[in-house]
Amino acid sequence: MMMFTLERRPAPSRLWSLAAPLLALALAVVLSAVLFAALGHPPLRALYVYFVEPLSSMWSLEELAVKATPLLLIGAGLALAYRANVWNIGAEGQLIMGAIAGSAIPILWPGWNDPLAMVAMLLLGMAGGAAWAAIPAFLKNRFNTNEILTSLMLVYVAGLFLDWLVRGPWRDPMGFNFPKSVAFEGWHVLPVLSGRVHVGFVLAGVAVIVLWLMLSHMRFGFAVRVQGVSPRAARFSGFSAASITMHVMLFSGALAGLAGIGEVAGVIGHLQPSISPGYGFAAIIVAVLGRLSPWGVLFAAFLLALTYLGGEAAQLALGMPAKVAQALQGMLLFLILGADVLVHYRIVRRGAKREGTA
Amino acid sequence: MRTTLKITIAAAAIAGIATTAQAEEKLKVGFIYVGPIGDHGWSYQHDQGRLAIEKALGDKVQTSYLEKVPEGADAERALERLARSGHKLIFATSFGYMDSVIKVAKRHPDVKFEHATGYKRAKNVSTYSARFYEGRYIIGKIAAKVSKKGMAGYIASFPIPEVVRGINAFMLGAQSVNPQFKIKVVWVNSWYDPGKEADAAKVLIAQGADILTQHTDSAAPMQVAEEKGIKAFGQASDMIKFGPKAQLTAVIDDWAPYYVSRTRAVLDGTWKSEDTWGGLAAGMVKMAPYTNMPEDVKKMAQETEEAIRSGKLHPFTGPIYDQDGKLRAKKGEVLSDKVLLGMNWYVKGIDDKLPK
Amino acid sequence: MSGLEAFLLTVIAASTPLLLAALGELVVERAGVLNLGVEGMMATGAVIAFAVALATGSPLLGVLAGALAGAAVALPFVFLTQVLAANQVASGLALALFGLGLSGLIGEGFVGQPGVRLERLHIPGLSDIPFIGPVLFGHDVLVYLSFFMTAAVAWFLFRTRAGLILRAVGTNHTAAHALGHPVRLVRTLAILFGGVMAGLAGAYLSVSYTPQWVEDMTAGRGWIALALVVFATWRPLRVLAGAYLFGAVWILGLHAQAAGYGLPPQFLSALPYLATIAALVLISRNRTLTLTNTPAMIGQPFMPER
Repeated sequence: MMMFTLERRPAPSRLWSLAAPLLALALAVVLSAVLFAALGHPPLRALYVYFVEPLSSMWSLEELAVKATPLLLIGAGLALAYRANVWNIGAEGQLIMGAIAGSAIPILWPGWNDPLAMVAMLLLGMAGGAAWAAIPAFLKNRFNTNEILTSLMLVYVAGLFLDWLVRGPWRDPMGFNFPKSVAFEGWHVLPVLSGRVHVGFVLAGVAVIVLWLMLSHMRFGFAVRVQGVSPRAARFSGFSAASITMHVMLFSGALAGLAGIGEVAGVIGHLQPSISPGYGFAAIIVAVLGRLSPWGVLFAAFLLALTYLGGEAAQLALGMPAKVAQALQGMLLFLILGADVLVHYRIVRRGAKREGTA
Repeated sequence: MRTTLKITIAAAAIAGIATTAQAEEKLKVGFIYVGPIGDHGWSYQHDQGRLAIEKALGDKVQTSYLEKVPEGADAERALERLARSGHKLIFATSFGYMDSVIKVAKRHPDVKFEHATGYKRAKNVSTYSARFYEGRYIIGKIAAKVSKKGMAGYIASFPIPEVVRGINAFMLGAQSVNPQFKIKVVWVNSWYDPGKEADAAKVLIAQGADILTQHTDSAAPMQVAEEKGIKAFGQASDMIKFGPKAQLTAVIDDWAPYYVSRTRAVLDGTWKSEDTWGGLAAGMVKMAPYTNMPEDVKKMAQETEEAIRSGKLHPFTGPIYDQDGKLRAKKGEVLSDKVLLGMNWYVKGIDDKLPK
Repeated sequence: MSGLEAFLLTVIAASTPLLLAALGELVVERAGVLNLGVEGMMATGAVIAFAVALATGSPLLGVLAGALAGAAVALPFVFLTQVLAANQVASGLALALFGLGLSGLIGEGFVGQPGVRLERLHIPGLSDIPFIGPVLFGHDVLVYLSFFMTAAVAWFLFRTRAGLILRAVGTNHTAAHALGHPVRLVRTLAILFGGVMAGLAGAYLSVSYTPQWVEDMTAGRGWIALALVVFATWRPLRVLAGAYLFGAVWILGLHAQAAGYGLPPQFLSALPYLATIAALVLISRNRTLTLTNTPAMIGQPFMPER
């Protein structure tokens, strides 16, 4: 039945590592057009609204950067962890804990309002996220507990903790008992670069560069890569597996925490029960789509941000319900993940198999 | 053709629109919803209000919506998008949009904003909410009449003032009939999870409640009541289809009259920033037909509804004691809107402890 | 009806969807695949089951359709992870997104309509015995199926040759491949089975638990099912125990609240997750126990090198 088969390439294909995402996009465009047409929307206009319009105005580009900021920060952290085969899928919880820790300053010590306070908020945010990520790392190292599951469970715990805080002790006393904290003011709000783009965006850029430096120039990055390929060999790189696990978790947790305080102090302006529409999970997709590389993460974060904005634009311009955008997003991800296989494998015809390997 | 034109001109004249150019340009009205319109609850009812605008004002307006807009960073972008795409009247239908509305409104002084259930206003930002507690007072009275065991089960979402106020109004209504009436409260910590709501309903029945009321969105508790052969009150919409033998009545959110009148005000140029908190009298709260109850109870319910509508009766009229026995309103005194808006205490007679 | 009886009935209703979905995922993970898309498959199963039950008037047909729909929506995941060897975590998350969106789209016209309820069995004589009757003999078919499947999955995994092969594939796919076992076929079948079970869990929600359709009505149960599988160290009987423990803790919490103890509801909601972490730690401390039960290949793609 199957006329074609996949065959591993001796080395990842340079050509396909660039061409695969393009192919996936092309396929996605065709499939979305079919979907749009099936739902009764003019396909060309829908495509324009979905993929192009968000890129056509300054305002929208700024919003793209705002949306990409947390994805980029978290994605960069996760890329490092995944390189080491440490599957932190609880970044959403680390984001929440970072936001909580960083918000302690404006909520508990509102009087301390100077540039230093802002720096302290960012550092606390990173510390909060890192501390939350340290739990699964510790449990893995100490008890051999699967980090995929512990980190995921901790997401819910963090979310409920935040919920309890803003409905209880951290509720704005002047806010008619509604579940939100006091509004952040002055230096408790991150400085803005343009539109709503705040310094978090710059920090996200820094994170990507740090990731790149680590992976390509530092001994630790090398150890991480070795551990990912062969856990046994990692021992010879001078870092124990436990130490690598802990450090990559701390790194990814800190960046997720930074993303959290960035959202709260950068764009929302107060603490509330829901602060992230699942950036921690979306960033997993970003890291994987980006093939765990710094530049790939950069590309993937913007691409994913675009699908959010495009989906919203399509809702408005075409009256397309949000669930279509959601289903489309899932489909797009399927395609890109699928096309990526061409980087490592090539398609050969069954009959021609022998010549191929010879 | 000519008659249509005449009618249009007449309508325009009545509506006070100065130039025909303006009359031809449709007013774009935008909505953002926190849930999917498929929740058959809060967001669904708001969307019914949007459809009512289209129905009432026809080709003078064009409406659009964004659903599932998370409260937070995304809300501000969604509002900004609506404002930038030519919407001149925007309804933000969840409390958590408050700060985003204020920020975006500042940037778009020519756009009118309407924020549901919030308390921050500006020159171009109005707030509105509905006095659902009026309906809850009525169902409290009905519950005390109909319940044989003298105990109702209350499925609650989150301990915010809106919900606490509803519980208190229900209890005051019930106590006016039966001072010994009891309620049991379960917080499911969700607005919307049919499974959890059904579980809570079953638990409450097991603990002796023979009447259910809810401040969550789904019709699941009504289905449980129907199955167990007890009575229940619908929430947000008429849930009679889910409990033909169980539903006594339902407290219905009806945003249509408000939405249509506000849209009309923008068309007329009479829109002003206001705080609207309307109840039965304004038509924002409606009672579903009183069913499955004896005639005398029905009559009592109708009279209570009429008394509240005419302003003769205010559910929060003193003497009102709180749970700890503290006097909150003297005899004859009516609790102010400010107190009602921030309500975080239970009235006397509620055994539950309010989660803090 | 006694208090205990009502309590047990409520727990059974709350635990059944978790049990069904977790059993499916257990088989998937035993074969070495991690499918995080349970929530999406469950939602699709729920909406299709609701729609078919409504259209045909037969809840059983609805359940069947829901099961098939759960498997059908898993097909892209099969293609990606088995044919193209794509990353399972990301593909699973994409499946969750896709399934939730798709179910919302299909269900648009069904919002606000009461569904058709799956009838409870009534065995004359047995069902009428006080207490024992309703607790043991008064449920719908899906509840019994969930128990039957627990036994069937346990029997299949540990007592049949096919089960042995499936576990071998999950423990070491290279070795299994060398022995001539069709690794990808085994995994494909396991994923489809997982889809069927998630679809059944969804069907239970929309035709039995709460016979109605509202968007996102799965409300995170797919994720709890994922936790359960690990909580149970990939053993079917422990999945059963875990599902009932989760259900019981949750319902007990509601009872505590209704009785007037002012527990913060957030704490209550967090309990199952904290319990899972605690169980994970307890189990993982014992290395031999973990090693004999954990499918070592979980999450790792397999592509035959020929």
